[in-house]
Amino acid sequence: MNNITNQSLSEILESIKSKKISSLELTQAYIKNIENAKKLNAFVTTTFDQALENAKKFDNKPNNEQLLSGIPLAVKDLFCTENVKTTAGSNILNNFVPSYESTVTKNLWNNGAFLLGKLNCDEFAMGSSNETSFFGNVINPIGDHLVPGGSSGGSSSALAADLTPATIGTDTGGSIRQPASFTGTVGLKPTYGLCSRWGIVAFASSLDQAGPMTKTVNDCSIMLEAMSSFDEKDSTSINKKKESYSKNLKDNIKGLKIGIPKEYRVDNMPKEIDELWEKGKKILKDLGAQLIDISLPHTKYALPTYYIVAPAEASSNLARYDGVRYGYRSQKGKDLIEMYENTRSEGFGDEVKRRILIGTYVLSSGYYDAYYLKAQKVRQLIKKDFDDSFTKVDAILTPSTPSSAFKIGEKTNDPVSMYLNDIFTVPVNLAGLPALSLPAGLDKQGYPLGLQLIGKALDEQKILNIGYAFEKNCGYKNEIKKWWS
Amino acid sequence: MSLDKEKIKHVAKLARISVDEAKVDSLTKDLNSIFKFIEQLNELNTDKVEPLTSILNQSLRSRKDEISDGKIREKILKNSPKKNEEFFVVPKVVE
Repeated sequence: MNNITNQSLSEILESIKSKKISSLELTQAYIKNIENAKKLNAFVTTTFDQALENAKKFDNKPNNEQLLSGIPLAVKDLFCTENVKTTAGSNILNNFVPSYESTVTKNLWNNGAFLLGKLNCDEFAMGSSNETSFFGNVINPIGDHLVPGGSSGGSSSALAADLTPATIGTDTGGSIRQPASFTGTVGLKPTYGLCSRWGIVAFASSLDQAGPMTKTVNDCSIMLEAMSSFDEKDSTSINKKKESYSKNLKDNIKGLKIGIPKEYRVDNMPKEIDELWEKGKKILKDLGAQLIDISLPHTKYALPTYYIVAPAEASSNLARYDGVRYGYRSQKGKDLIEMYENTRSEGFGDEVKRRILIGTYVLSSGYYDAYYLKAQKVRQLIKKDFDDSFTKVDAILTPSTPSSAFKIGEKTNDPVSMYLNDIFTVPVNLAGLPALSLPAGLDKQGYPLGLQLIGKALDEQKILNIGYAFEKNCGYKNEIKKWWS
Repeated sequence: MSLDKEKIKHVAKLARISVDEAKVDSLTKDLNSIFKFIEQLNELNTDKVEPLTSILNQSLRSRKDEISDGKIREKILKNSPKKNEEFFVVPKVVE
């Protein structure tokens, strides 16, 4: 069982099925890693006793027919887990213990996995560095002074540090793909509606989507297959036949048309990102794909649009935190209104408050047309850009982020510079499309950089296939020194 | 346009968030820089564009109007910071 934890999920599944290792031994190995990695601050809650019991149960009566037979998994603390505290990285939910299980996590458990713990994240998934969490920032295993990205920063950190064999995050504007890019891991934001939003703490309902974060593209296809489903309880869930992404994974991409959008550039973008993009293009071309120059002319308006739509939806979603039905309640205030005001002021962190105020303002009487309606119109233009391009190409290749992982504290005093980190990831959420971030190389400091493949709606299989072929020919391997243990 | 302190206090009132007087200045600065960024959208003429109200090319499903669960009062009250046997408890509203 030497080094089982640095293997991929699919390799671990093989070892479980061939009884080279028991689920209990596997679980114990991860628990040991987690206990030695407290410095990374990736976990908010651990469920070791429960995990060990589930592992023993599996070993006594193994069912190897499942997608995730006997696999312990840690998940982002935005997914409600029955009888296990769920905080969303916020003080206001610090004592919240759901009496129900999110559909996505229930799907994982129904496929043979079990919970190892809950992973730290930016408060209500609002952040790009995991620094807005009430439970403190998470450290990137790549370096002790680096952010792991956000908002699924606990997820990316835990995955890269071998604290979980695979994990899940949520992506509203890049919260899966950006942390995956910062840690040299694979992250997929599925098509809006493919994975149920039921039981996920809501941020911006028209953008939020759960997805897998894994070490390999094959692992990613296994996780997506396990977590996605039609769900009556989510009114925007897409009713379609379940696909076997892992069984159908192919590395032949000959003849596929890959769009290269000229707008995916920013001022002062490090030269290495351009070089990486060139390298990605060459790999795909050598594999027989055809590169086609395209234009997505409204790209630069995606972030300003996002910073109207997302806060507007958040201000409405977060109105539920009133200190009455669940969560934190302030003891200060002489009447009901003051109780609300103090509860929300003490319960929410600065970034969350900022976004609630932006959202409240853009929706308030007299300003709705100028901001929210305007943003919905621009969102239409952004979606149309993609629709037009996808009449000509099968997928689109871009960098995942405009930089590698930045230093802790580097951007906390300037919200707009923090927001700019999501410039390449946000358009996809506004258009509801699937996108895969793949580790593709290192910058001159030795920090990972990612490339993003954007697909048509519900065309996950195709971008996974392209990613699979890319991965085999890219030669990227995460070599992380375990400085924390 | 720019947001002044009074406007921000008013919006905070609408959002039911009390704002610490000492923090109003830095909040005003942050929000103004964010709005300056957002207002890039004004460069675009969108007079003839339909707003996007749903990303899915389908209308929302409606379910049958029938009760699908119930008798879960204890579960619902479980996480309340203050309750008596059957009710959420809030500060006195009516004198």
